[in-house]
Amino acid sequence: MSDARNLREIRAIIARHKLGDMIFLVTGLLVLMIAVLTFIALFSHMLIDGLPRLSWDFFTSFPSRRPGSAGILSAWVGTTLVMIVTAAAAVPLGIGAGIYLEEYAPKNILTEIIEINVTNLAGVPSIIYGLLALSLFVHQLGFGQSILSAGLALALLILPIVIVATREAIRAIPVTIREGAYALGATKWQTVSDHLLPYSAAGILTGIIIGLARAIGETAPIITIGALTFIAFLPPSPFKEEFPYISFEWLMAPFTVMPIQMFNWVSRPEEAFQVNAAAAGLVLVVMTLTMNALAIYLRYRMRKNLKW
Amino acid sequence: MVEDFSSEHPGGDVSPSQYKSEVRNLSFYYGSFSALKNINMMLHEKKVTALIGPSGCGKSTFLRCFNRMHDLYPGNRYMGDIILHPDNVNILSRSVDPIEVRMRISMVFQKPNPFPKSIYENVAYGLRVRGVRRRAILDEKVEDALRGAALWDEVKDRLHQLAYNLSGGQQQRLCIARALATDPEILLFDEPTSALDPIATASIEELIADLKDKVTILIVTHNMQQAARVSDYTAYMYLGEVIEFGVTDTIFIKPKNKQTEDYITGRFG
Repeated sequence: MSDARNLREIRAIIARHKLGDMIFLVTGLLVLMIAVLTFIALFSHMLIDGLPRLSWDFFTSFPSRRPGSAGILSAWVGTTLVMIVTAAAAVPLGIGAGIYLEEYAPKNILTEIIEINVTNLAGVPSIIYGLLALSLFVHQLGFGQSILSAGLALALLILPIVIVATREAIRAIPVTIREGAYALGATKWQTVSDHLLPYSAAGILTGIIIGLARAIGETAPIITIGALTFIAFLPPSPFKEEFPYISFEWLMAPFTVMPIQMFNWVSRPEEAFQVNAAAAGLVLVVMTLTMNALAIYLRYRMRKNLKW
Repeated sequence: MVEDFSSEHPGGDVSPSQYKSEVRNLSFYYGSFSALKNINMMLHEKKVTALIGPSGCGKSTFLRCFNRMHDLYPGNRYMGDIILHPDNVNILSRSVDPIEVRMRISMVFQKPNPFPKSIYENVAYGLRVRGVRRRAILDEKVEDALRGAALWDEVKDRLHQLAYNLSGGQQQRLCIARALATDPEILLFDEPTSALDPIATASIEELIADLKDKVTILIVTHNMQQAARVSDYTAYMYLGEVIEFGVTDTIFIKPKNKQTEDYITGRFG
């Protein structure tokens, strides 16, 4: 008879524990729903307001005093150019620093301090980077309130993200692969360039895209540098008719970017400009989400061949 | 307790030129931990030498001295010599570049560790590191190495497929081919079959028996039957020391040392 009683007790215990499971499940779903629904609400609000305003003209027009004919041409061109500068600066620096810290740096107090600082840099408020860029790039180095200054400021901002992503992607490679390369007589650089970099490319690329997706929406550092809010012209073209066919004048041009264009429109009293802001916001969100989707896709594609 | 092998062991009357390598007073430290203590032994040219002993006895540590693998990590220290013949160079010397040592002595690891590249590129990598660029030479050496590792017939039609599509045993033979492609003087095996099933294990053992005509082999194994099957000489290690070293048959049938006998008969370890 004691067996039957034991069984009843065990079942009671299981039922109690399963109740705990249930409570956590419901709470978790609830919390998740709040997060997801908030995003959906924001996004659909913007969608309802902004979508009717989207048209080809909206992308090909400069800002205007008349909301109906205003567009985001200078903003999206500015954002694209700033992102090119940001990527060109942050990618080589970030990957280089990540490789150095992970593979070359001797393990001592100095490198430990550097590592802690790199991680902490990711948490520094972005306006601080704006201040730094204002005094360093705009004034000291004399780049002015230009695309170059903005791109470099955002590059500083996402540098820690790229460094940390690089290090983590390299660290995920099993030590047996690394030893296999060294055992064949490879030097450190051969091991890095033939093995570690190609095998960690997916992770590094994901880090870069996530960094850029963050940079694209940054407003504070760009305002600090002094981006203009009303730009009715494009930067000089990077391509020229005569030799050397390429020009870097655009780097020094004044500019505006998507979030600043939005900020400018939101602060106007007219209702029609609010609609413009929603439409620009929609474009910005789609840009960010596309980049994130690209990151996920690339990670999936490139990791398919790596099984260890 | 280490014997003076030059007079004791049955191979002692051979001339030194038949040794591929001599280990003299080798000690090794991980930081302050002494992992190997005053090891003396030799590798016979074109023979298989097995290292046996309980886990933690230092057999893998000893093996990894031969290609200076310990140099990859900070805080490791060698003392003593590993002399490589015929040029009499001490491969542990600070003046000898570990990369040079690894170019002369190849290694096969415990778990198959092919690179996430094609079968061809896996085998060719050691040659590429040595600066071989000519396609014809690469093709020829890759085929030779794959034949040497008894893998050619199975993979010749899919050389450019990913190495991960091979089975575990095939992957390990691929790693052997990769190690063979560069014509090493010594081939190190670190428990090469511990991650494989019995059939794959048998094929690797067969391969080792074939390979010893071409190259000197040093193999670590936790499996005593395997040591008995594949090796000509065996060293029994315990707590970082070589307790007994000699011809495999003697070690397994009439060990001189009580500790060795206890281990081999299964009373210990």
